[in-house]
Amino acid sequence: MKITELPEEELVYGSFACAGCGGILAVRLALKVLGPRTVIVTTPSCLLGVTTFYPQLAFKVPCVNVTFPSTAAAVSGVATGLKRRGREDVHVLGVAGDGGTVDIGLQALSGAIERGHNFIFLCYDNEAYMNTGVQRSSSTPQGARTTTTPVGLRGKGEDRAKKDMMRIVAAHDIPYAATASIGYPQDYLRKVHKAKETKGPAYIHVLAPCPPGWGYPSHLTVHLARLAVQTGQWPLAEYEKGRLTQKKIDNPRPIEEYWSLQARFAHLLS
Amino acid sequence: MREYINGNEAVAQAVRLARVEVVAAYPITPQSPVVEEIAAQIARGELDAEYIRVESEHAALTACYGAAVTGMRVFTATSSQGLAYMFEMLHYVSGSRVPVVMAVANRGLAAPWTIWADHQDSIACRDTGWIQLYVETAQEALDTCLQAYRIAECPEVLTPVMVCLDGYVLSHTEEIVEIPAQEVVDAFLPPYKPREVVEPERPLVFGVGAGPDIYPAFKQAQQAAMDRARDVICRVDEEFYRIFGRRYGGLVVPYRCQGAEVVLVTLGATMGTVREVVDRLRQEGRRVGALRLRALRPFPAEELRRVLAGTRVVAVLDRNCSFGYEGAVCTEVKAALLGLEKPPAVAGFILGLGGQDIRQADIEDIFRRCLAASSGAVHQVAAAQS
Repeated sequence: MKITELPEEELVYGSFACAGCGGILAVRLALKVLGPRTVIVTTPSCLLGVTTFYPQLAFKVPCVNVTFPSTAAAVSGVATGLKRRGREDVHVLGVAGDGGTVDIGLQALSGAIERGHNFIFLCYDNEAYMNTGVQRSSSTPQGARTTTTPVGLRGKGEDRAKKDMMRIVAAHDIPYAATASIGYPQDYLRKVHKAKETKGPAYIHVLAPCPPGWGYPSHLTVHLARLAVQTGQWPLAEYEKGRLTQKKIDNPRPIEEYWSLQARFAHLLS
Repeated sequence: MREYINGNEAVAQAVRLARVEVVAAYPITPQSPVVEEIAAQIARGELDAEYIRVESEHAALTACYGAAVTGMRVFTATSSQGLAYMFEMLHYVSGSRVPVVMAVANRGLAAPWTIWADHQDSIACRDTGWIQLYVETAQEALDTCLQAYRIAECPEVLTPVMVCLDGYVLSHTEEIVEIPAQEVVDAFLPPYKPREVVEPERPLVFGVGAGPDIYPAFKQAQQAAMDRARDVICRVDEEFYRIFGRRYGGLVVPYRCQGAEVVLVTLGATMGTVREVVDRLRQEGRRVGALRLRALRPFPAEELRRVLAGTRVVAVLDRNCSFGYEGAVCTEVKAALLGLEKPPAVAGFILGLGGQDIRQADIEDIFRRCLAASSGAVHQVAAAQS
């Protein structure tokens, strides 16, 4: 899918997201591909906080909000109900941040993939629990400072490696899964399109930088989303027909270039 | 058609007759035969429903919520830890005004680990915004599940309903149950036609966020719906009677309360034992009666006051404990009776926790202690909880 082919129509309109929010950009672009025959299922996250506060509805599609652990379980119910109503032309899009996906939401996601419902699950990864004030998640990169992995006399930031969600979803033999970055919109949109065409569950894990959480000026969101890929911190991968492929990065740029722009890594360079 | 079946099977028969469209459930003792029987009905082609084999009770109720917002009539069942696991979703479902019906085969909560009956599980969910109906027999379990859909889906109510049946005592004990014909049930229970559903052509939000300015209005609306549910429960029970010839008294089921000096209040299947004791003591000339709360939420305070005015002592038999105080039903009964000019003394008894037998001798002992107590001594009775 070419960027020039994208519809003008916005399915996210008038949200309260921060300037430079990578998450809202990820959802906005995905909806441009999926189109108006979509139902969003999501949790009380940053996304929901900025889109559906009564009487606001920033989506031009229906939105079903559910508890934190159960985005994918609600997706299962919505997909089943719509199927029974003969509305298989409707895309069911589960959206959660990294917390709602790789941590508290993992069990429900595993169940929903294993049962094979027809849905797309979009994890927008901002690498910490941003909505509650930047606490670490199991998707926080090693070395990053968060409010629960502080830096001090004995604190060195996050000490665990990022959880490998692609291998987890691939182990379910999911029909389609991919990682993406909002810094590479063409690649991202192509993957959302593939997910849209997939029968059964599809999973997309998109890197979505967060200006206040990562500590950078808001105009750098796309730049950082690209740097993450160019420094080898964020692989662009796809899993289909049982094969995992990954885009090779020739001559990766030095990681310091990525770290130096973000307050969360400042202690690693001093 | 009459069949010799247990409470769990009766619930499954009701699910079939209600033409439930989506079932999402996770098995737990003593509820498991419900979900097994539903799976078998679908496999045999007797029930045309989607069955979502979820990975947990939390997901079971969530999937029901998801299916219900697309306009499906849904069902789930659980017990004990499973209900506890659903706890946060209970609020989501009631707050979103989605008419889910759930059977709870009542069971004690760990620790200590147990599989046997008491009411701690559903009592702990009193304040989740669900209507709670407690049944006495397998027949009532079947009939009440059918009534529950009418109540939950009523536009004046739009509130989920829990149908609570005592684990093993009802869930696994067989009795003769009249299973109504499908066409008769169809006349009583038309297909679910929700006003609001998830439809891409008409965007809306289920489970919207709300600030302090508007949140109370949502909760007031829920409370008002619960208040309206009292009438609806009674109305549906009467309509059920006209079609099926069986009724349960709506919110409360008094037994020989006229002129009674002591009335024992309880929930669920224990009432069968209590009736026997009341009959025997009445034969002896003792002025005793009993009252079963069929609805715990909404709470039938007015009905209680009406029946219990003029009673000297009200004994409340709880199969639960609100730790640090007393049986939860006892507190509720006391509060309701405060509205009377001369409220009867209330004595609380906790019996039958974790499947402990409640014998006729226990009930008789409660009656005799309450009969013997002069008004002033009732507090002693209350303090001497079994």
